Order: sequence, then structure tokens, then C-alpha cells
Amino acid sequence: MAIDVTAVATDAADDSAPDRRRGLRRGKRTWHIHLALIVICLVLCAPVLYALLVTTQDKSAMLHFQLFPGSALGDNLHTVLDTHGLGTYMLNSAIMSVIIAVGKAITGLLAGLAFVYFRFPGRGIVFFIVLITLMMPTEISILALFNIVDQLGMTNNLSGLTVPFLASATAAFLFRQHFSNLPANLSEAAQLDGANPIQFLFKVLVPLSWNVIGALTVIEFLYGWNMYLWPLLTVHDDDAQVVQVGLSGLQQTGNEGITYGPLMLGALIASIPPILVFIALQRPFMKGFALSHDK
Amino acid sequence: MVPLFIATAALGALVGWRAWRAAGLSGSRGAWTVAPAGLLGPLLTMWPMDSCTFEPNRTGLDIAVGVVAFAAGAAVAIAVVAWVGRALSLPGGASNLDTGDNYGSWKGGRGIPWLLLLPTLVILAFFLYWPLAETFRLSTHLVRLNAPIEPYTCVDNYTVMLGPSIEWWWVVPVVLLALVAAAEFLARRFADPVSDLPGGLRWLRGVLMVVAAVTVAAAMFGADYRRYFANTLLFTGAIVVVGLAVGLGIALLVSLPIKGRAVYRTLLIWPFAISPAIAGILFSLLFDPLIGMLGHVYEALTPWSMPAFATNPVLAKIVVILASIWKNLGFTILFYIAGLQNVPTSMLEAAKLDGANAWQRFRHFILPSLTPITFFLVVTNVTYGFFQVFGSIEYLTKGGPSGATTDALTQIYIVQNSNVGEGAAASVVLFAMVLAVTAWQFRASGRRVHYGA
Repeated sequence: MAIDVTAVATDAADDSAPDRRRGLRRGKRTWHIHLALIVICLVLCAPVLYALLVTTQDKSAMLHFQLFPGSALGDNLHTVLDTHGLGTYMLNSAIMSVIIAVGKAITGLLAGLAFVYFRFPGRGIVFFIVLITLMMPTEISILALFNIVDQLGMTNNLSGLTVPFLASATAAFLFRQHFSNLPANLSEAAQLDGANPIQFLFKVLVPLSWNVIGALTVIEFLYGWNMYLWPLLTVHDDDAQVVQVGLSGLQQTGNEGITYGPLMLGALIASIPPILVFIALQRPFMKGFALSHDK
Repeated sequence: MVPLFIATAALGALVGWRAWRAAGLSGSRGAWTVAPAGLLGPLLTMWPMDSCTFEPNRTGLDIAVGVVAFAAGAAVAIAVVAWVGRALSLPGGASNLDTGDNYGSWKGGRGIPWLLLLPTLVILAFFLYWPLAETFRLSTHLVRLNAPIEPYTCVDNYTVMLGPSIEWWWVVPVVLLALVAAAEFLARRFADPVSDLPGGLRWLRGVLMVVAAVTVAAAMFGADYRRYFANTLLFTGAIVVVGLAVGLGIALLVSLPIKGRAVYRTLLIWPFAISPAIAGILFSLLFDPLIGMLGHVYEALTPWSMPAFATNPVLAKIVVILASIWKNLGFTILFYIAGLQNVPTSMLEAAKLDGANAWQRFRHFILPSLTPITFFLVVTNVTYGFFQVFGSIEYLTKGGPSGATTDALTQIYIVQNSNVGEGAAASVVLFAMVLAVTAWQFRASGRRVHYGA
């Protein structure tokens, strides 16, 4: 099925006559598509490739735009890791992101269980109250949130960075949708076996939900790892800072101007975990959103 | 204030009448149900504010803000009462408010669902609902960091954002709107019923309504805040329009049946895992006038050297927009690739047999079946444009040069150093923008989203 669709997409994309499709299927005359895609890939990867190049160069090499690696990588690595403690920032970011991702998955699973497998007065209203928070991004009330978290004494540490984000409408909604699509007799069978709701959740539902859990993990891990404004507001101690904000310390490691070598090295290192998580979980991510199901 | 109460009560009656009639119920009952909401709803905002904007010796701007707050309270109450009231009046009563799925009720344990929901509800109440309420409270106070007293300042934090007076040019789209509405009315009465002139006018009226609403709002703001909100809309608009168009083009290309598709896809998609802040860092290098790649290329191709984006307002905006589009493009491509896999093939085959050419098939079959995905992508890209560009801006320009790249969130961050209350007021305006955009998107999608196949 995918091949037929994409064959039609071919025509739309390069505006050719329908007959060309047959040629494409035989693998002929595709070089121009390859060329276009290679150019696009190069353009889209250029910011990172150039940054990669710069991490190895000293200032004079950068000024003269040399397209081969220099020898400054070791120095930059030393600046980034030893002098500026990128490792601490990375560790803080990792702990924060994992707690947020796991927390949202658990609260979302529990909420989905309640919404789908229980009937209670006010269920519709409660669901609406949860769902409507999709329209209230944290950023809208971020100053007030800071006040509240400050009053609770949670600034400057991990609890302030994670607790406000341990539940979300996205998680509750995703699991509710997923559970609603599972066979209805699962819960009856579990009840006949004498299971309690929590056993039912972890023994029956979770094994059927790995794709959704994977998808949610990607979204929430990236959300946590890439968060910028909130840690900028709440964390002032360098030891507790996360990597997105900590990178600003690499902007001027020397005496004059922006030191691009260390800055780019730090930026690239800080991008490795989210990219790895995304690539590792790409398949459940697509399936969890029911994006690649075959009809 | 009495005329205002009469107006909102009448509005409530009208909304109720229409809502009940649309559901096949008695219109007058609807009017009697919703009118009290119009009467009492304004108290939602007027009571906490102690009606301060309507005291004597207030300025025109104070009163204008007060009227908006008054109307907002009425609108919320009317919407909620109309929605709940109508659901209760329909056959089925309270069960209309349930979420619909009726299976899988677990036996025993009445408290269990509440226990399961407790973590979610507590977190949302403490860290989303409470801060939102607190934002409204802060927006009427003067709040300085570490100052023990937070004096109540009525709507001063809002009027600070507004201009000394309303600009004259708000009249232009409003007059145009009135003309088009009149033309549509006349065309409907007198024109040949076969011609589709009223349809075109109707579309034009819809567009003008949006333009007029934005213009009137913009005309009220002072020059500074008008620029911050305009920047937000500019960045968001560019991200949505350019990002979606380019993303769809690339997705079409990479969906072709060629070798190595999977490799291309991964190469195209992964930048979306990079953070806005790091996108800003990468583009600050790319556009650096001395050592940036584009600077070198620009110097090689032209006799000039590249202007510094840190001092050039136009280039600064372009760099921020490009970095933001680049960061989110992978996400758009990913979802469009998935959407293209779900295009119903039977329809396309049939269209091909009927002689539809590639463009026609794209325009009439592929594009309509992509509308649910497009709608989803518009929503996510708008949210991204409103709230995530801040990270890129901070590493690129910090809002400069002289405010050229300051968007609403950046301004909120900057101004909270001097007055948290003003930041909160700007947040409330931003919240209103989010609600307006969301409502508009849902209206548009309700009309156009294609759920075929």
C-alpha cells in the first residue's frame, strides 16, 4: 500500500507525467530525486556539521574558513568538561528528564485506568477539567508558578524542576484513548481472576501499552531535556543547573568575544542524549501515535 | 455599569435562544436559562477587582480595560452555562456530560477511581490551575522582587501596555468589513441564486473579521507591546506557513519509492530532538559575521561583508525565524510522512483512471486526507511558536537589537525583573491570544477537516 501512495506522491512532487512512475518502480531515473534529497539533507545538517568542524578549530582557522578539522578538540574538551563542569549539568538534566518522563507515564497510566475502567459521578466533568489544561501552557503562568514553587521552598533543586511536571493532560489523554481501543472484556476477565485494579494495570494493560509508553517517553524526555525558561528562573546554584542553561557559561570562556569552539562542543554533547532517545524509540513513537498502522 | 449588565444579559439570552433552538429545544427556555449567566458572569471579574475601573475619575483606557474584563467574565459564564445547561436539557440529562464510552465498569470500590486520579488532579491543581489564578491576581498588583508589600494597582499593569490613545487605523478593516457585510446581505437578497457570489463574499467577510479583530486589538496597544505581540505573531506565522509548506514538500519527496528512504528519513528528522536553545547556539555560529559559514559564503558571492545580525533588526528576525523553523522541521516532516502512508489508495487509483493529473490528485485527494494531520501540526507549531522560540532568542539576540526580536514571552521574562505584575498582565494577554487562536483553529477545522476513509 505504501508503495502505491508514494508513487502518486512522486508525480505530485516532481510534476512529471504519470507514465514516469513505472520507470521509478524499476529503479531508473531516480538520480534527480537522490540528488534533491542529498542536497536537502546537507542543507538541514549543515548547522550541525559546521559546528562539528568548529569544535576542532582554533580562532584563526575559523576566521579563514578552513573546511578541514583543526587540532583544538582536546583543548576544547578540557575547557568544556574540566573547567566548566558540563558533566554536572548533563547529569542534572538526565535525572530531571528521566523523573519527568517516568512520572508522567505513571500518573497518566493511573488516570487512564480511572477514566476508562471506572464509572463514577462527574467523570465527564473531571475529564474536561484535565483536558482543558492543554490550553494552559506552563509558560502562560510561569511567573506565578515560580512564586508558588518559591513559597513551597522548592526552588534551586530537583524537586522544583520536576514536581510541577509530573502529570499532564497529554499523558492522561493518550492512555485514555489507548485503553478505550483495547478489547472491552479484558477487565471482566481480570476481575474473574480476582485481580485488583493495580495488578490489572501492570499485568494486563502495561504489556499492551508499550508503544504508547514509548511515544510518551520520547515526548516527555525531550520536553524535560530541552526545557529552558523554567530552569533559568528557578535554579541559581551552578551545581543544580541543567545543561540548556549551563551552556551559556561556555559563551565566553576566554577573554575576548564568543568562544565558539567550546560552546559548539558543549551544544553538540548536550544534544546527544535526546537524539539517542529519539532514534532508539522511533518505532514505538510512530506506532504509539497510531501513525504507521496498516489498514 | 447598568447598561453593561443589560447588554450581557441580553447577549446571554440570545446565545441561549440560539443554542436551544439549534438542539431542537424551546428557544425561550434557553434564553431564560442563560440570561442569568450573562447577568452574573461579569461578577467573576468585577468582584475580585472591586469594580475599580468604573470608579469616578478613571481614564478612558482604564474603562476600556474594565469593559473587556466585564465582557470576559460574562463570556466565560455564558459559555459554561449554555454548554452544561443544554446538555442537561437534552434527553438523557446528566449522562450527556459523561465522556461517552460506556463499557468496562470495574465493580466495587467507589473511592478507587478518585485515588487513581489523585496524583494527576493534585499536580494540575497545584501547578496549573493555581498559578493561572495567581497570574490573574498578580496582574492587578505591583510586585517587585523581595518587596514585602504588593500594593493593589487596579488595571495599571494593563494600561501600561496600551497606547496613550487608540490608533486611527483600526477604522480601515472595520469599515471594509461593514462594506463587505452589507454587500453580502444585498447579494443574498437580490443576486441570481445560482451564482456563487455570496459564497465568495462570505469567505471575504470571514477573513476580514479576523483581520479587523487583530487590527483593533493592535491599535489599542502602545508601540512597544504592539511590537512584542506582533513579533510573536510574525515568528509563529512564519514557522507555521513556511515550516508546514517545506515540511510537506520534503515529506512528499522522501515518500517516493527509492532506495535508501529510511536513511534519508532519519537524516531529515533528527534535528527535532535538538532544543530551541541549542538551535539558537548553532545558528549564532552559522550567521556570525566573522567566522560563520554563511558569512564566508556571502563574502565570496558579493562584494560586501555580511551585516551582523546582532545589530541589524531585519537580519536578526530572519535568523530567529530560520533557527526556529529548522528546529521544528523534523517534527513536521515526520508527521507528514506518517500521514502520507495513510492516504487511501483506492481513491487515488480511481482518480487516476478518471484522468486526474498529478496536481489535481495532490490538490483534491492527498491534501484533503492530510487535513487532520495538518490541523494537528498547526496546533503544535503554533504552541511552539508562542512558547519555545524564547530559548533560541536568548542565545541569539536576547531580544535585541532594541526589541526587534523580543517576543511576548521574552518580554515577560525581561519585565519580571522590575515588576512581576506587569509580566503577569502580559501573560494574561498572551493567554487570551492562545484561547482566540485555539477557538479559531477549532472553528476552521470543524468546517474543513476531512475525516474520510
